[in-house]
Amino acid sequence: MSAPALLDRSITDLAGALSRREVSSEEVTRAALARIEATDERLHAFLRVVPERAIASARGSDARRARGEVRSPLDGIPIGLKDIFLTKGVETTCGSRILAGFVPPFDATVVERLETSGAVVMGKLNMDEFAMGSSNENSAFGPCRNPWDLERTPGGSSGGSAASVAARQVFGALGTDTGGSIRQPASLCGVVGLKPTYGRVSRYGVVAFASSLDQVGPIARTVTDAAAMLGVIAGHDPRDQTSSLLPVPDYRAGIEEGARGLRIGVPREWLQGGSEAGVERRVREALAAYEAMGATLVDVELPHSRYGVAAYYLVAPAEASSNLARYDGVRFGLRAPARSLADMYGETRDQGFGAEPKRRIMLGTYALSAGYYDAYYLRAQKVRTLVRRDFDRAFERCDLVAGPVSPTVAFRLGEKVDDPLQMYLADVFTISCNLAALPGLSVPAGLHPESRLPVGLQLVGRPFDEATLLRAARALEREMGPSPAPEAIG
Amino acid sequence: MTREWQLVVGLEVHAQLLTRSKIFCGCPTTFGGEPNTHVCPVCLGMPGVLPALNRQVVEFAVRTGLALGCAIQEKSVFARKNYFYPDLPKGYQVSQYELPICVGGGVDLTLDGVERRVRLTRIHMEEDAGKNLHGVAADGSSGVDLNRAGVPLLEIVSEPDIRSIDEAVEYLKSLRAILMFLGVNDGNLEEGSFRCDANVSLMPVGSTVLGTRCELKNMNSFRFLRQAIEFEVRRQSEILEGGGRVVQETRLFDPQRGETRSMRSKEEAHDYRYFPEPDLPPVRVPAAWIEEVRRSLPELPRARAARYQRDLSLSAYDAGLLTADRETAEFFDASVRARGGGAESAKRIANLLTGEVARLANDAGAGTSRGKLTPEALAGVVRLTEAGTLGGPGIRQVLEELFRQGGDPAVVVASRGLAQVSDESAVEGACDAVLTAFPGEVERFRAGESKLLGFLVGQVMKGMKGKGNPAVVNAMLKRKLGA
Ligand SMILES: [Zn+2]
Repeated sequence: MSAPALLDRSITDLAGALSRREVSSEEVTRAALARIEATDERLHAFLRVVPERAIASARGSDARRARGEVRSPLDGIPIGLKDIFLTKGVETTCGSRILAGFVPPFDATVVERLETSGAVVMGKLNMDEFAMGSSNENSAFGPCRNPWDLERTPGGSSGGSAASVAARQVFGALGTDTGGSIRQPASLCGVVGLKPTYGRVSRYGVVAFASSLDQVGPIARTVTDAAAMLGVIAGHDPRDQTSSLLPVPDYRAGIEEGARGLRIGVPREWLQGGSEAGVERRVREALAAYEAMGATLVDVELPHSRYGVAAYYLVAPAEASSNLARYDGVRFGLRAPARSLADMYGETRDQGFGAEPKRRIMLGTYALSAGYYDAYYLRAQKVRTLVRRDFDRAFERCDLVAGPVSPTVAFRLGEKVDDPLQMYLADVFTISCNLAALPGLSVPAGLHPESRLPVGLQLVGRPFDEATLLRAARALEREMGPSPAPEAIG
Repeated sequence: MTREWQLVVGLEVHAQLLTRSKIFCGCPTTFGGEPNTHVCPVCLGMPGVLPALNRQVVEFAVRTGLALGCAIQEKSVFARKNYFYPDLPKGYQVSQYELPICVGGGVDLTLDGVERRVRLTRIHMEEDAGKNLHGVAADGSSGVDLNRAGVPLLEIVSEPDIRSIDEAVEYLKSLRAILMFLGVNDGNLEEGSFRCDANVSLMPVGSTVLGTRCELKNMNSFRFLRQAIEFEVRRQSEILEGGGRVVQETRLFDPQRGETRSMRSKEEAHDYRYFPEPDLPPVRVPAAWIEEVRRSLPELPRARAARYQRDLSLSAYDAGLLTADRETAEFFDASVRARGGGAESAKRIANLLTGEVARLANDAGAGTSRGKLTPEALAGVVRLTEAGTLGGPGIRQVLEELFRQGGDPAVVVASRGLAQVSDESAVEGACDAVLTAFPGEVERFRAGESKLLGFLVGQVMKGMKGKGNPAVVNAMLKRKLGA
């Protein structure tokens, strides 16, 4: 069975239908719940569905609309949340056994903002444990699958979010992106994913992986939908002192202005055969389409981006090793019975963490250790500065940078699971943007010529210039026509 | 201390700041309370929470730094100090490491009349940890109280400039007084809001090369600090004299036994894996803010004591007593202002404040408070004394009444009939009565036993129920006895 036409609509379309009273939020929500029920046994995008909470907010939205009150373009729209966002009264595991049973006493700022804007929260989406992974296979609760091919991964770590949006279970979802965790699964599932500038969206109530890199962003089926979601979640939060005080523009205002006049930088390093041929072909076609629309392509260089993966895999594990220290069995989550305190720590963490968090805790602990700090952590931070300078220099000559998101289309479950290094290289194009704290977006660029699996185009912009990314992405989306729905999930 | 070894001490003080709320959340900093009642997701270290720096903590750090002559850093950076302990909710303490807020500075001391300066290395801001509670549960298991977790601390680190135990104690007392004057710390060693670790080493007298140091912890009184260093000096000198080497380690003071014992060696020391706290932007202190804080600084103890000696001719001892805490100093200043007299009056006020009033406060367990006595009332008492209206016993009674009930000293004197009798005819009557009553003593006095004058004065005072003006009584008796 395929999704009813109702669920195929964009957030923007549906908001119109809701305002014209063609459909109620409760009907939409019930349809989405039925869709989840029908598909999720195979997809496994959800770790937890909250039907009562969803129906209650849908009814609330309908009641408000009956009084003529509409809070935002998301009012009454079913949305999913990666299980990294704290939800008051709803178990939040971050894909880890160590947090099984943890019921937060408060909502993350972005959850609060979504619900205040009327969005209907449907539940918590599958993810790689503590957002560490590029395939969702590191979820302690079993992997999510790709709706285009159930034997393949949806990418990660926000794999559940991208898969759910692509499979028409929800209209949009929130993910987090530390090294590509929104853009890569969006690319592999054929949807739009946006990692905003570091500091654009509050991280309060988001389980921390690597604090200086983590950023919250939307995953949606259209660029305009992503813009609408960003508008709701962005903005300063006094509880997150790294969040920016810059005002939040109306991201939908200039979104239809097209690509004419844009200067698009094409980093030589990103199109040198580092991707599979079908991916590179679709990316080059997208660039050609931009040229045809009146944009100018500019050669740029990002010479330090090749050190990006190495730097990232020092900084991120270092911060993670510290962020994950609080999972000690003392105050919440899992506690393994043991005779001594040291044993309790050891047993709890041994049983609670999967292989990938353990690997990264060890990497990070090592990188921060006395005698190694300067050679590893400090040097990696210097690479970050150099990567950022590369972009600053490029942005003197262009308005945004374009290239592939992932070197491959969705890969098979189990294909890279025993080869962490290969898995880490899946992030090769997405990591620079996190290191440099810049906004990055993945927009569908068609299907791979042979495998017929989605390929994404990555756009990276100036700090806090999400608007230009959205405008450019929308231009390509309009040119390519609506993206097809994945057939494998039915 | 043997002759061959020179003691070298550096002190690290942890002072809890008197802010209303914790350093990174809105929880109250009040001491005590049922375990885990002054907590929230932030200070519990729940997943997803972030620190939000309390601006008052920075202001207090700047205030302290300025008072101690430190260079206030325009940019300072919080860092994570990583280690596992149940009372440390996040598995790391947010502190400052490479870039602290204050650098340099010092504490000036006078020890046996000699001026000394103990230099400071740095002052930084950090959060306190919670407390492990052992044997509180019925099953004998331990608990953790996180009420204190996240209370702001200043860590004040001295250079190894201290050369004697007296100097160590004096440094600590002076620093404590300064922090209390600044209103940033309550100076309570027992409750642990003012804590001190001591780095202690010995080197041959005349050497400039520091010996291996041990860090001593858990001294929660000046006496314990003294005991701990004394013990350590004995222990280390015995090792050195026996040809051994002191092992660098952390040692815990045991107040019951007056000893220090090894807690962990250098090899067992934590690798804290410091790195800049990514959840907090660097702390910026603009020059204009520093100036604003500088203007609001109170006059500090040493400057005040110097002023008392210079302008009011007080002794160094009295000046020291009056500047031991801010309340006393302010009370003294206000009393002197209210009296408006010169050095003589100030001296009287100082004597009453450090004598009779201190005794009353002590008896009432009132600490540095003065009960219901106001500076104006104390000034009034001095004025009445100087006018001859009040004398010794009367002063004591008036002060006691003012301390307990408050009020106007003149009214108290009148209503309780405490005024001194200076009236010549009244005194003369009382003298005549005594001279008649003790003819034998009068004879002996006239025969040369001059010390009997005191007896006769005492009898007159007794006859006047202690209200006779002693000077008038004395003069009258002498005149009548022809002395
Ligand atoms: Zn708190």
